[in-house]
Amino acid sequence: MVASSAGDGATPAAAGAAPSVPGTAVTGIPLLQLRGVGKAFGPVQALAGIELDIPAGQVTALVGDNGAGKTTLIKCITGIYEPSSGQLIWNGRPVHLHSPKDASNLGIAAVYQDLALADNLDIVQNMLLGHEKTHFGLLDEISMELTAKQTLRDLSVTTVRSIRQPVGSLSGGQRQAVAVAKAVMQEARLVIMDEPTAALGVTQTELVLDLITTLASRGHAVLVVSHNLTDVFRIADRIAVLYLGRLAAVGPASGFDSQSVVEYMTTGSAGRFGNGSGTASAASTGASSGSEGRQT
Amino acid sequence: MTSTGHEGPATQAAGPVAVAGAADEQIAAVGTGPAITPDLMVNSLGEYARLWLRRVRSGESGALPVIIGLIALVIYFQVSQSTFLSASNIANLMGQAGWIITIAMAQAFILLLGEIDLSVGFNAAIGGTITMWLVSINHPWPTAIAILAGLVVCGAIAAIEGLIIVWLKIPSFVVTLAGLLGLNGVLIWLFDVSHAVSIGGTIANHNNFINDIVNGNLSASAGWIVLIASVLLGGIFMITRDRRRVRNGLAAPPAGVTVLKLGVMAVIGAALVFVLNLNRAALGTLEGVPWVVVVVLALLLATTVLLMRTKFGRYMYAVGGNAEAARRAGINLNRIRVLAFTLAGLFAGITGILYSSYLGSMSENFPGGQYVLYSVAGGVIGGVSLFGGRGRMLGAVLGGFVVAVIYNGVDLLGLGAAGQYIWTALVLLAAVALDALARRGSTAR
Repeated sequence: MVASSAGDGATPAAAGAAPSVPGTAVTGIPLLQLRGVGKAFGPVQALAGIELDIPAGQVTALVGDNGAGKTTLIKCITGIYEPSSGQLIWNGRPVHLHSPKDASNLGIAAVYQDLALADNLDIVQNMLLGHEKTHFGLLDEISMELTAKQTLRDLSVTTVRSIRQPVGSLSGGQRQAVAVAKAVMQEARLVIMDEPTAALGVTQTELVLDLITTLASRGHAVLVVSHNLTDVFRIADRIAVLYLGRLAAVGPASGFDSQSVVEYMTTGSAGRFGNGSGTASAASTGASSGSEGRQT
Repeated sequence: MTSTGHEGPATQAAGPVAVAGAADEQIAAVGTGPAITPDLMVNSLGEYARLWLRRVRSGESGALPVIIGLIALVIYFQVSQSTFLSASNIANLMGQAGWIITIAMAQAFILLLGEIDLSVGFNAAIGGTITMWLVSINHPWPTAIAILAGLVVCGAIAAIEGLIIVWLKIPSFVVTLAGLLGLNGVLIWLFDVSHAVSIGGTIANHNNFINDIVNGNLSASAGWIVLIASVLLGGIFMITRDRRRVRNGLAAPPAGVTVLKLGVMAVIGAALVFVLNLNRAALGTLEGVPWVVVVVLALLLATTVLLMRTKFGRYMYAVGGNAEAARRAGINLNRIRVLAFTLAGLFAGITGILYSSYLGSMSENFPGGQYVLYSVAGGVIGGVSLFGGRGRMLGAVLGGFVVAVIYNGVDLLGLGAAGQYIWTALVLLAAVALDALARRGSTAR
């Protein structure tokens, strides 16, 4: 159930086998495997020895306190940083990502709603930005609109009033949905979402969580970074906990509870109350209401 | 915006997310309507009006405010000075509007990116001067080559400015401010070295073709034919487009809206053609629609197709709306920016030629700084946002026309330069205020 960060990789691979994996090309092999991935910024070791499997058709939640290395890890996967050590294995083959372009060519898409959408363009224009269809050199609006509509329908996104309204007039959850749909339409096989529900209202959060579940059930691999443990337990098939740049624990979500995740996040291990149990339980109650910015 | 992508390991996680979250908090309350299917059909004029109002509130006000403003100005000037709507003044207005509109179009390309080109006025002067010079020397160049030379020089100057902006990452404001000063100097230098053809700091136009762009007219029947052809073509285009959309199960504007648009187009066009076809000469005959009207309409059509129907146009809007999103979509931002500046330069060149045609000469005292303000005013009045990504070429044309109406009307009232500056400034201020309010409406999601 739980692999220590120094483990040789046997445990995470075993953990990935639990639920069924629809839509995977290569059976049994997780879509993305991280083998001993580390990243150093000069003398600062931000990540070390990360052994993580991200299988298709499942939601993998990446949790950890501020500064635990979540963002660095995501940047290594999306090609923004090159890992200083270790290897990424995509679909069974070792890959080297030198740029975000390399990652997106493979089908790895990070969804940042505020960075991915232009408020002045409508939903169709945003979803097909950079992948426009043309007909004799002119934009083929009808074909693009049909494609966008189909993708949104596939993802069960039905709350938008008109597909031709500017994205700036959408709610936060809808924007998130459009950003995800855009990634999916551009053939993303691994969708990475960084705090997708941060500061969303209840209904909006619901929309995004449903979307994430739909994505996974359609065979996409989903990696979600979140501070909100309630959300994590609702959607995650697998949970990976980072602590100070190392993987403190990873395994099926059923093997964790709020209490143990918080302990891993704050102390790096479970069942050992380093600074006294008072701290851990206080953090645990805070976590269920989605607190962020807690300091260790 | 870009800084969030390059944070050190120490400041991970919460930074960008927290910032994004603050704005989103309000959305949930406003945006959560009842679930409606995305392919909601717009069936009635009423529904269309509601959607349109929604767009206005989100900062896409379209052409209506500028048309209302235009009507108000025309009524005011006509009441104050009864010759305003006379055939001869309207023909004169068309000549003035031609170059004011093209300079507003030039600026619109840049405003769409959220940048500004302060050098567009003097760039126009350089282009006009070069063309004037080449057709006025002892062995004049062929007209087409002379015009092309003016346009190419203007495009090149603007392209160089664009390259400096993207390579050195200097704000366009500063680079084009240098351009404004530098090109003013180049203009004076051009008149110095062209002393063989310039007299007292002026090169007079002796070329009939260039003269006729503004001062030549279509025959009365040709005017009607052009009008009928454009309304028909516009109608056929809109109706076939809407039919295709409906056939594919997509929402299309109701037929009533299309008919209304065509009707407005036909009525305004017919009134203009009718007035311009009246004989406006004191002696002899002077009638017909000036060629410059056709030139401007053709430019409007070409630029609208470019901006609304091509990848390049779409990328212009994307870069102006969210450069980071455009970059992540694989769009080459630098290429789009340099191309936009080049296009603006090209339109500055067209402006220079229309201006020379209107005045019959080019002068070293060309008020390039003032005309930059006209260009910005025209763009912004027409709904092309100063903040980038919003507005259409039709807006720039209408906005330029408003500036021309003020230019003409204030002149007619005998208020002189003082009146012109103050009026233009007030209208510009009003337009920018509207722009800022619309922007606030669109971002407070």
